[in-house]
Amino acid sequence: MASTAVTAPASAEELAAALAESPAPVRVRGAGTKLGWALPGAAPASELATTGLDRIVEHNAGDLTAVVQAGVPLARAQAAFAKEGQMLALDPPDAGATVGGVVASGDSGPLRARYGGVRDLVVGMRVALADGTLARSGGKVIKNVAGYDLAKLFAGSLGRLGAVVEVSVRLHPLPPATSTALGASRDPDALGAAALALSHAPLEQLGLDARWAGGEGAVLARFGGSEARPQADAAERLLREAGCRTEIVDDDEPLWRAQRDGQRSGAGVALRVSALQTDLPSLVRVAERRGAELVGRAGLGLFWLRLDQGDLGGLVHELRASHPVRVLDRPSDLEVEPESPLEPGTAALMRRVKDRFDPEGRLP
Amino acid sequence: MTSRAGAGPAWGEGPPPRSAEQASRPAADLGPLVTELRALIGDEHVVTHEHQLRTYESDGLLQYAVTPGAVVLPGSAADVQALVRACHRAGVPFVARGAGSGLSGGALPVEGGVLISLTRMTRVLEVDLPNQRVVVEPGVTNVAVSQAVGPDHFYPPDPSSQIVCTIGGNVAENSGGAHCFKYGFTTNYVTGLEIVLPDGELVRLGGKELDPPGLDLLGAFVGSEGTLGVATRIWLRVVPRPESVRTLVAFFGSTVQAGEVVSEIVAAGVVPGAIEMMDNLSIRAAERATGAGYPPDAGAALVVELDGSEAECAARFDQVVAICERAGADSVRVARDEAERELIWKARKAAFAAMGRIAPNYYVQDSVIPRTRLAEVLGRIEELASEHRLQVANVFHAGDGNLHPLVCYDGASPGEAERAEALAGLIVQACVDAGGSITGEHGVGVDKKRYMPAMFDDADLAAFQRLRCAFDPEQRANPGKVMPTPRLCGEVPGPYRRHPLEQAGVAERF
Repeated sequence: MASTAVTAPASAEELAAALAESPAPVRVRGAGTKLGWALPGAAPASELATTGLDRIVEHNAGDLTAVVQAGVPLARAQAAFAKEGQMLALDPPDAGATVGGVVASGDSGPLRARYGGVRDLVVGMRVALADGTLARSGGKVIKNVAGYDLAKLFAGSLGRLGAVVEVSVRLHPLPPATSTALGASRDPDALGAAALALSHAPLEQLGLDARWAGGEGAVLARFGGSEARPQADAAERLLREAGCRTEIVDDDEPLWRAQRDGQRSGAGVALRVSALQTDLPSLVRVAERRGAELVGRAGLGLFWLRLDQGDLGGLVHELRASHPVRVLDRPSDLEVEPESPLEPGTAALMRRVKDRFDPEGRLP
Repeated sequence: MTSRAGAGPAWGEGPPPRSAEQASRPAADLGPLVTELRALIGDEHVVTHEHQLRTYESDGLLQYAVTPGAVVLPGSAADVQALVRACHRAGVPFVARGAGSGLSGGALPVEGGVLISLTRMTRVLEVDLPNQRVVVEPGVTNVAVSQAVGPDHFYPPDPSSQIVCTIGGNVAENSGGAHCFKYGFTTNYVTGLEIVLPDGELVRLGGKELDPPGLDLLGAFVGSEGTLGVATRIWLRVVPRPESVRTLVAFFGSTVQAGEVVSEIVAAGVVPGAIEMMDNLSIRAAERATGAGYPPDAGAALVVELDGSEAECAARFDQVVAICERAGADSVRVARDEAERELIWKARKAAFAAMGRIAPNYYVQDSVIPRTRLAEVLGRIEELASEHRLQVANVFHAGDGNLHPLVCYDGASPGEAERAEALAGLIVQACVDAGGSITGEHGVGVDKKRYMPAMFDDADLAAFQRLRCAFDPEQRANPGKVMPTPRLCGEVPGPYRRHPLEQAGVAERF
């Protein structure tokens, strides 16, 4: 991609003004960890980084809420929240990503199983629109139905409607100790059955994931809090009944880091498949046949497939025949639509929303 | 519209008398449209008789009443689409309505407009338990969803009206309930919608899967209070019913003391399924109504319910009991069985209705505050109440700071209704000043739109309007709700031009 001058305004007001005045198309970015996810279109003529908006404006520990500027690195925000035994329950893979980038991309990690995604954790948002307007929606409290929920509209919108400059988020207590029940199998159907047994059991998992690579896979159920171990034991029984080889892992962070890292590909493609829980065995079979690796949220039906080399386009097309697929990481020379097509009526409605927020088409 | 905020009898006592102004108003000429509507869905599903129309003149907030021009009862999404298309062609506004149990006047009809009642669309279309999804029509009641997936699963959002309120209404209002501190709101459970846009087009947003492609219009539609279109099919996520539920009620000398206990429980990392507080006035009212055994001299009652796995629940429950006792609870009553649990909840759930025993009328509010500001805001409410020589009872969802101050008054006493309304406005302002919201779960509707500028400035409202105009450029879907002042939708794209109405000062635009 052609190099474009990047400016990093020091305030929301400056960023909004720059958004209106810079030559179009304007690309808004955070740390730049996901630039490859960009939507098709003309190369940006100007680029605005949110990295100058780097303040944690409020951390209301007693209310389990915070107000954070878009350019704050997620890791820095987490470190600040952790001092009070709290976390923002978003754990996508990139360590260097900014809060704004995670929000605008709708990225997530294994914690989504318990706490929801960006759309569920952002309770208020301040955005800069293409005409330089700054507008707020939502608020700072976790329960609020006043006005339209524009935060959901902007979450995951990849900068199409405006720039996220500040978010209010709901926080959660850090679980004190965790324990993971792991069930491994070479049989996709056994993994599918194990995952369903766990997602339908009245257990309170912090994470419920699946993985598959090189002919073998596993289902992982993570528990936290005072009774993590007894719950992990109960989960282990269910995994065993489904035909998995099981173990309990107390020092489980490396297991979950691997799950997160599986959502990315350096040289190849990383895809997010919007599927259902019962699709796990069939997706595993596609991954196996095409030499891809799979990780994902078994209880939510969200799976990531990674293929570092080979028939990258073929994998996308095969999956797209039966599921909506978002292409995340991809080589710049791979010709593929990043998003699955929409029904014409739905696409037209989105176009109308886009035109209202960005009538001159200054944004992607 | 007849605004009787604070002036008429409170809801729960039957419809208030109609004003002479309204009764004498000539009906708008809907003749040709009504003929068309009858042809579309059948005579028996189109209501135009004055007496029958009055059934629909208010929702759960009886302070407002407007007689609609016609009421239609579609039986299918195709019916809804045909009706909305006909309204669109005729340039007539419409309002969608579920059970009419909303508390913000969100389903208040538009004069001369069409009211679309969705109560005939009550089919559960699909139960997919392996994937934990249910697909329903909008007229299905909230409680029917849990019944359809029970006993092993349930649908968590549980507004107090759940026996009658419809999922379509829940979607419009983004309804919460007592258990939403732990489980979240309607918006966290809707995975797909089929909607009829205000021009009659049928569009699908999402489905059974999460993270559908494109913009999250689903998230924008839920909670839009019927101003973006009519949901005709709804995909919902359901979750396993918890293994164990434990409930207690603890009594304290004051709400401040009970508020500190709430903060301690949350700070300890406990996430209760529900945590509800009542002050002395509401305890006395509820006790007189239910005889649930709440001590009438208690300063505050705190209902705490934990749910989850057997082991986790038991351990956490002991922790909560210990926190209550350490904080100096006068007594802690633990439910030993389902009957005792129901008794504890009976008093809490009866609190609104029981208020009639304290005062002839009351005005319900729905403000939210950051939980840590509870003591300060309750103090301020008390101060304001005494300045206005009125009583305010407090019943609230303590976990998420959602207050339901009930401003008590006697509508028959001259000037008292006006004082009550003024007091209500000041309470809302105090909550917003503390960093809160004007509404946590009831919606803005017609009742709270005047408070919107307390939370949002012109630029914010203009951004809301962009969304509204993308869905409904002619603003025929539930007009007059949510936004504090009428705004026009300009054309896009194109250079800015002042609209004639704007030049005349009738309307403003972004």
